[in-house]
Amino acid sequence: MTGGPWHSDTAPPVRMTRTPQAWRSLGIALTGVLFVSATLALVLTAGGFDVGTAGAALLRGAAGSPDAVFSATLVRAVPLILAGLAVAIAFQAGILNIGAEGQLLAGAAAATATALALEPSLGRGALVMGLLASGIAGGAWAAVPAWLRRRFGVLEVISTIMMNFIALYAVGFLVRGPLQEASRIYPQSPTIPEAARLPLLLPGTRLHVGFALALVAVAIAWYVLRHTAAGFRVRVVGASPSAAASAGRLNVPAVTMRAFLVSGLLAGVAGGVEVHGVTYALYDNLSPGYGYTAIAVALLGGLQPPYVLASGIFFGALEAGAAAMQRDAGVPLMLVWVIEALIILAIVAGQVVNARRRLMSVEAGA
Amino acid sequence: MNDVVTPFLEATVRTATPLALAALGETLGQKAGVINVGLEGVIIAGSLGAVVAAGAGGVTIGLLGAGLAGLLTALVFGVFVLWLRTDQIITGTALTLGALGLTSTLYHTVYGAGGAALSIPTLRPVALPGLSFIPVVGPALFHQPVVTYLAYLVAGVMWWFFYRTHAGLALRAVGERPEAAQTAGIDPRRIQWLAVMASGVLGGLAGGSLVLAQVGTFTDGMSAGRGFIAIAIVALGRWHPFGVLGAACLFGVASALQFLFQSTGSSLPYQLFLALPYVLTLVMLAGGTRGARAPAALAQRALTLR
Repeated sequence: MTGGPWHSDTAPPVRMTRTPQAWRSLGIALTGVLFVSATLALVLTAGGFDVGTAGAALLRGAAGSPDAVFSATLVRAVPLILAGLAVAIAFQAGILNIGAEGQLLAGAAAATATALALEPSLGRGALVMGLLASGIAGGAWAAVPAWLRRRFGVLEVISTIMMNFIALYAVGFLVRGPLQEASRIYPQSPTIPEAARLPLLLPGTRLHVGFALALVAVAIAWYVLRHTAAGFRVRVVGASPSAAASAGRLNVPAVTMRAFLVSGLLAGVAGGVEVHGVTYALYDNLSPGYGYTAIAVALLGGLQPPYVLASGIFFGALEAGAAAMQRDAGVPLMLVWVIEALIILAIVAGQVVNARRRLMSVEAGA
Repeated sequence: MNDVVTPFLEATVRTATPLALAALGETLGQKAGVINVGLEGVIIAGSLGAVVAAGAGGVTIGLLGAGLAGLLTALVFGVFVLWLRTDQIITGTALTLGALGLTSTLYHTVYGAGGAALSIPTLRPVALPGLSFIPVVGPALFHQPVVTYLAYLVAGVMWWFFYRTHAGLALRAVGERPEAAQTAGIDPRRIQWLAVMASGVLGGLAGGSLVLAQVGTFTDGMSAGRGFIAIAIVALGRWHPFGVLGAACLFGVASALQFLFQSTGSSLPYQLFLALPYVLTLVMLAGGTRGARAPAALAQRALTLR
């Protein structure tokens, strides 16, 4: 016992019911949707916005045209799916990784630096190396809180948040120092050359191959978690670390550590894909909080990869819609965070209500 | 020598004040078994409350507004965590996200898209007669805005409350063994509600002091992780009011270093100093909390005997 004040099992991860009684769950889900929509309408009205105009802008920006779908919604969904998957894997293993944002930024910085350094000699190979570097950097950024948790019992909620701020300032330093563009005027890196960029998936849109990568990541994560021994170990450890430890044959700290690193790796790749597919450069506000939104993505997706894919697209639509809402109705962009918070709160409350009902029906039956 | 050391110590105590207030509030909640990771959200709500209220009615009203905003944010947390019994950490994370988003949205909605820099009245330092004339440390400790004295007072009162009153004993019992406390005729739910509400007021005041005694205006996300640093300070201060006060000062040093190096024209990149408090938090959590023990029932969801 290393004696840190934070015991890793003080915070049971959120768990989804696997075989819900369909109607009851639907009722709870509808109540949740109502709760989110009503609170949102209230905030908009209080802010003096016309709910109808804002709502129409939201829908138009999210799905109003092929362009909205393929150049806005799905493009924004790519980092959200990857980072959401990162958070889902961590949460499944009982790790509260709130640090996807920092891991994403670390990945973006590493991808930029690698692509810029290697493109002259490697050409297209620099793309692959950049993406690899982003995964390694994301994993490295997660390794610090993972080690602090294992060695000193430091609560990862706090340590990953600290790593987020450190990443933010590190990017700030890089784009004003070693990675600044040649004229040294703007706080951003040089643009990475054509050869090191992700090709477009659909010509005429902004949808890039990163979307296909995200789909592959979802499929692999789903297969590993559901159908392999490694995935089973992660789920067992996440369900109850103490039970997993006393069952023996299971190195709980090692499983936790590995899941944490994989989580960081995925979040890092999200940053790398964003640089190679969308921004083509590193700068301060590269991520509008994708790493935080990823928490909502993972929870709404019930921590299950296929649903994380769907909820990633949903939140991509929300972000795209919010951008349109700001353009056309003047609604501040940060409202998205309020929506995310409401959705998370609705989910945790719904789970509690569901669990209580089930408990009552079990007792009534017995 | 004094013209370097004294301003440095003065900046230390000034930047430590919001951290101390927030961490003392969090200590109260954690002693009752509730960890509020949404403290960051409580602080930013307090900051906006302070700006709005101080703009309307001066600094005193500003502090009241900050406390009230913190209280309301804690009320939301309480409804989910204490009434519905949702997971404390996930709920707190959502609260932080929501409060950061809502304060930014409201601020830009009310004060225009650019968020026009408001000029609001701020708290001036008040010298405590006699004490402020102590060489070197006197001005640093006793020539401060009134919120700093409030932090000293809260720490003292909290120590007395925890270790010298029956109510304080009851609160600590709830944080350690809620079932046992319940058997002894204590209502854990009521105690946790009171602790969360009081800690909300203190968190709000922390946000208020950030605005009224330090920055002088509101900016998006100005709490900048202070809520999370404050949670680390609670562990570092070993859940003891005076320990927490001391730990907060340590973090004040990290921020004050920033001003010191800027004034000496150091060639080191300034992002290094901006990142220092966060790095320090990690180092301190790793090295400084050995042997410390959190309240046993911290973050426990099931509370009462069935």
